[in-house]
Amino acid sequence: MAKVFIYPSTSLILADLVMRYGHTPLSSAVAIREHIQTAGFESAPLQISPEDPKKGLKWAAVEVPSGVRGRMALYGPMIAEAEAAIIINDADLAFGCMGCARTNELIVFLLRQKEIPKLDLNYPAGEEEGVKFVAAIKKFLSGLGGRP
Amino acid sequence: MKEYAPVHVGTITRYVVVESFEVTPQDLAIRAYEISKGVMIKETCFGLTIMGKEEEVDRIIDELRRVDPAHIFVKDRGFPPGDARRCRSSLGGARPGFHGMEFEMTVIPYISHGIEELEKRDEKSIPEAKNPLDRRTLDVDHLKKIIDAQET
Repeated sequence: MAKVFIYPSTSLILADLVMRYGHTPLSSAVAIREHIQTAGFESAPLQISPEDPKKGLKWAAVEVPSGVRGRMALYGPMIAEAEAAIIINDADLAFGCMGCARTNELIVFLLRQKEIPKLDLNYPAGEEEGVKFVAAIKKFLSGLGGRP
Repeated sequence: MKEYAPVHVGTITRYVVVESFEVTPQDLAIRAYEISKGVMIKETCFGLTIMGKEEEVDRIIDELRRVDPAHIFVKDRGFPPGDARRCRSSLGGARPGFHGMEFEMTVIPYISHGIEELEKRDEKSIPEAKNPLDRRTLDVDHLKKIIDAQET
């Protein structure tokens, strides 16, 4: 069972297909859950504490907005432990302000730099594309091992 | 600064999203209640939110998937059901994350079709999906021709 980083990291479709074909999706929810289940000082809503932008320095320089560094404290460790990645390139939902948009760019950049199996796709725009989309993901995931 | 004492430590929460012509969230909720032991189940407009120990949540989800395998989708959620930091009963407006799910719901029928077709067809007969990175770049000479054509 491989740990597969999914981008967009909130994607229902990717999280489901990765789980369905026997692997572990690394998504935003996993990192958020870890944060909100850890005791400390209250820092609502996501328990992103002042320590997190410091942790983010591992992936982004100090002049990069703290929003990017704080987000990287969530995604950076998951990218580090990822054994494979599935990237959807035309994900309109992965837009946002300086923090979200730049973090997304940095995530894709770091995934491209990392020497792990990667699958690049676009969202399907029809039924036949849907078949190709699911088949591509299934083939990619079966190449990583796990249940067929 | 106020001390933060987390609740439901050691549990996981998962969304079960149903996009089916035959199964409603209510059907799933009833089935989930029938087979659950010590988990929290919340019925929503799109499906269920289930919180509990990982093994138990996974067991229930495996059972629920059997109801309509190609039309039930599952993903993780960071917050427990009804958490005041996320629940729209206390925040108002759409739940953060709703719009992403709303967008993907427009694509999900194609995914369901893909899952069903994959059961029937030979995988080797399915052509490869287009790689979005294989983009043809504009050749410089071709660009020059376009510019020349515009100028004349």
